Amino acid sequence: MKKDKSTETNQFNPQQNYEQSRQEIGYVSRKEATKADYDRIGFMSGLEVHQQLKTKEKLFCHCPSGIYHSHDNYNAEVIRHMRPTLSELGEYDGTALMEYKTKKEIIYRLNNKTACTYEIDDTPPFKIDREALEYALEISLLCKLNVVGEVHITRKQYLDGSIPTGFQRTAILGVEGEIPLKNKKVRLIQLSIEEDSCREISDIRHTRIYKTDRLGMPLIETVTYPEMLTPDELKEAAEYIRFLNRSTGKVRVGSGAGREDVNVSCKGGTRVEIKGVSYNKMIPELSHNEAFRQWALLNVRSKLKSRVKNISKWKILHHEINYRDFDLKYEPITNGLIDKYRIVAVNLPYFKGILSHFTQPGKIFANEISDRLKVIACIEKPNMVHSEELEPKVVNDNFVKLKELFDATEDDAQIIFWAPDEDISTALETIEERCKITFEGVPNETRKSFSDGTTIFERVLPGADRMYPDTDSAPIPLEDKYLQKLGKNLPTDVIDRYNQLKKWNIPEDTYTFIFRNNLFPLIEKIIKDLKLKPKLIGTFIGHRLKFVEGHYTSADEFEYSIIYDLFKYLIDKKLDIQLSKKMLPVIYQHPKMDFDSILTSINFKKVPKEEILSKIPFLKQKFPEIKTSKKEGGAKHWIMGELQKTAMGNIAPDQLAKAIEQN
Amino acid sequence: MSEDIFQGYKGKALEVLKKYNVRVWGQTSIQTTRGNFEGTVLPRAENDDDIHIVLKIATGYNIGIDIGTIKAMKETGYKKANYKIPEKEFPITEGLPSVKLFGTGGTIASRLDYRTGAVIPAFSPGELYGAVPELADICNLTTEKVFAVFSENMGPKQYVSLAKAIGEEIKNGIDGIVIGHGTDTLHHTGAALTFMIQNSPIPIVLVGSQRSSDRPSSDAALNLMHAMKTAGHSDIAEVMICMFGPTSDEYGLLHKGTRVRKMHSSYRSTFRTIGDVPLATVSRDKITPIKKDYKHRRKDRNVDILPYFSDKVTMIYYYPGMKPDTIDALVDNGYKGIIIVGTGLGHVNKELYPAIERANKKGVVMYMTLQTLWGYVHMFVYDTGRDMMAKGIIPAGNMLPEVAFIKLGWALGQTDDPEEVKKIMLTPINDEITKREPYNGYLIYQGGVPEVENFIKKFRK
Repeated sequence: MKKDKSTETNQFNPQQNYEQSRQEIGYVSRKEATKADYDRIGFMSGLEVHQQLKTKEKLFCHCPSGIYHSHDNYNAEVIRHMRPTLSELGEYDGTALMEYKTKKEIIYRLNNKTACTYEIDDTPPFKIDREALEYALEISLLCKLNVVGEVHITRKQYLDGSIPTGFQRTAILGVEGEIPLKNKKVRLIQLSIEEDSCREISDIRHTRIYKTDRLGMPLIETVTYPEMLTPDELKEAAEYIRFLNRSTGKVRVGSGAGREDVNVSCKGGTRVEIKGVSYNKMIPELSHNEAFRQWALLNVRSKLKSRVKNISKWKILHHEINYRDFDLKYEPITNGLIDKYRIVAVNLPYFKGILSHFTQPGKIFANEISDRLKVIACIEKPNMVHSEELEPKVVNDNFVKLKELFDATEDDAQIIFWAPDEDISTALETIEERCKITFEGVPNETRKSFSDGTTIFERVLPGADRMYPDTDSAPIPLEDKYLQKLGKNLPTDVIDRYNQLKKWNIPEDTYTFIFRNNLFPLIEKIIKDLKLKPKLIGTFIGHRLKFVEGHYTSADEFEYSIIYDLFKYLIDKKLDIQLSKKMLPVIYQHPKMDFDSILTSINFKKVPKEEILSKIPFLKQKFPEIKTSKKEGGAKHWIMGELQKTAMGNIAPDQLAKAIEQN
Repeated sequence: MSEDIFQGYKGKALEVLKKYNVRVWGQTSIQTTRGNFEGTVLPRAENDDDIHIVLKIATGYNIGIDIGTIKAMKETGYKKANYKIPEKEFPITEGLPSVKLFGTGGTIASRLDYRTGAVIPAFSPGELYGAVPELADICNLTTEKVFAVFSENMGPKQYVSLAKAIGEEIKNGIDGIVIGHGTDTLHHTGAALTFMIQNSPIPIVLVGSQRSSDRPSSDAALNLMHAMKTAGHSDIAEVMICMFGPTSDEYGLLHKGTRVRKMHSSYRSTFRTIGDVPLATVSRDKITPIKKDYKHRRKDRNVDILPYFSDKVTMIYYYPGMKPDTIDALVDNGYKGIIIVGTGLGHVNKELYPAIERANKKGVVMYMTLQTLWGYVHMFVYDTGRDMMAKGIIPAGNMLPEVAFIKLGWALGQTDDPEEVKKIMLTPINDEITKREPYNGYLIYQGGVPEVENFIKKFRK
């Protein structure tokens, strides 16, 4: 291949290139995007919804479930290294090999309250927690899954260390189910029960620290087919599954109790899994950006393909460089030198305009390389600079010099990275590997999400090759009789509840709050037993209670069932139902206070209706003297205002208004 | 013989497979009363019931189908899995010591066995290299599978043939021996080989793993590396057991084959030296002796192989209220030697005296060891002890019960003369009885005590 040799500085502007490449792929922001945009890029997505079950104990040992510790609250530490092993079908898994390359030392922190010798894999599993199995089966039945005849505990390899055994014990309970969305049905691939993983404390260089409090807690994973074609649909499905899980009342709620892995691809792209999304409201933005990231990578591919004639021969060149020969006054580099880091320059043939190619809002292709250097070669960020920085960290002269050094063409791009001696070969392999994948398209990865809607590389996406039967556990038969018994106590379907709320004329903006907190059964009970108007109860809960929860803090555990007691109290005492609105903040803050005291605390006095009404004539006389308003009906408003305080709870506002008019 | 196409299936499940003409490894779609299932039929473990069929579904998970729910079933394809550890030729590196690995089974290298649903040993230098490539940086490895049995099936016959095989290897000039072994009776074998292979010029290292090598967190790879390091590079030419020091993946301990015991059913750091300190610690780079006094490696090829064992030896674990007939029965059945594991300083109840006398008269030799494991038998302290000695029970010092059992079998394999046996039993070959017990030879820390909790938090135990 003949190259055009030239060292003159070109007018190449990375920022411009970023903007231009973003336009090239037709990136639109999530707000502007329409169904047509998603059709254009072939947006496709599915979900793996993780939900912790509200059991007393963990899944395979008798440690208590649901107790969490701070990072420093531990009694002992254990170190492990993970090594890939064969799957049942005799294959090594890709992720496993990647994780092995990283040579991590994993440290587990144990607290005697929440971890026993099972958590650190020094004791084989005990029998599966029956409570967990029962809850998970109930949810399987709600998902209309084909429930298996026998549960087989399987080991799913995880070499990132998030589980000390190196695998997660998991088992399929059902396959091929479905959930209804507003406009379509979404099929489910499977539902499994599994043990939750450790929580990461830190991951610096070759040491990753985990805590084991959450480890082993029972979890279910509901997996959908990739049938959601827009981010909104995806969110709707996530919400439905979450609400379905919660409708049983047997799952944990709160931060981290429900987590979604979001699988996204675009036309020509590949399945990429965004891991551990805790908030459903993040799903649209994340999936949107991911689909466009893939779309961008495909554009990168076609650009490179037109430039590189012989892809199989493409390779990087590298050269160790001396700090003194270059102008590398950049703090991360100088800091690295203190730790005896070496500085290596890499030439990427034909990659000009690729490094600064748009991938995600504010991110460029170079980030893909840097992210992998962190994860695979364990080099902390910032770990590299390159010839197409949007905000240059070192002067451009360095790269001009490098071009000479590599005898590079104007079409090439350069990277400078710095790393400890032992990580350099992995770093070089990593850079070359990531660049080479570009010729194929989008790499199969799991990615970590950020609150700004972007993601970074986490791991190579594992395949089915990491499954292995758990030789420590016997299969568990599920008899028809047992399933039939479970089937009798199921809650009604979320979709039916949704339709019922609609029928009751309860406004739709309350539904999320109602389902999220599984309040439908409460509403139903109040309507049935106390014969109150559905709309009133629905808005009381979906608006008033939501408002109160957002603006006050509860001293004790506030239980929703107290709302039933509240309405019953008001009815029994023949008080105005509207009083409930005023009482709620106090009840919420002091759930143990009795209702009588609450009434006193809001200055409520029981006054006979007649006494209130008797004041109307006097006020009517007085209004012309005050004349606060010249508008028609001014008098009525003023009188209402004057009497409201006393009237509250003694006479309903509409009755009072009528009385003023009539008097 | 034709291949078993219904591997592990029996009874009703087998009938169903036959009825629908579906083989193990056949890709199958099954209609059931619970809906449809698709996957590959897997073999079934022998001890599982006969009313379920195991399927591997597309996502890689296994599930069981209740045959009572099956309405129809059809084989749509066939794909047999080939479970094989990738075999790579073990590279020979000039300058590295040559080590021979004897395989006896156990979990050090293993793979899935559908018959039992458990793991079975897999083993060859190539397989080991495929699984633990780091071994090639430590030594040049050759292997020989002497037998494949689980640890609990290791016995006198195996000790004898192992001792002989090791003797041959030593004469042929090997630099070190490693024996892969299940962990349950590793310390029995450690004692047996200590007695049967004396004056060895090279290290003989027994190693196992507490977590099978089919799991990523297995201790097998590191144990194997430690063992190879010891066998190839260590100056300690004794029979040793090499297993995890702490439960963490940090370093291994080298224990004397005669002073070690498995002390936890599942912990990685299960082996502990009892009544003394271990010989050394071993990491991937170095061996650090703890005991200064040990038998050094030599260049010569002299070794004494004493492959004797009498299986007319037994062991009784004393309990309050034990009846004399337990001993009578053993004597009547022709046992020539009994190891008694007594309480406290070495006691049994008076009720047993007549049986002991009777045994003694019949020429049965009896040795006293301790349930406390730590400490010495002291039969002079109380009258009962003196009584028992008068009746022919010989205190075995601080010999561990299992070691005493092995040694007595070995002694009786050489002679029937009680005096000869006594001489053999009480003359230590490698510290099975020690003259002194160091202060740090007994350390069982009590959890919950603040000092201990502090220690545990700071040091990975």
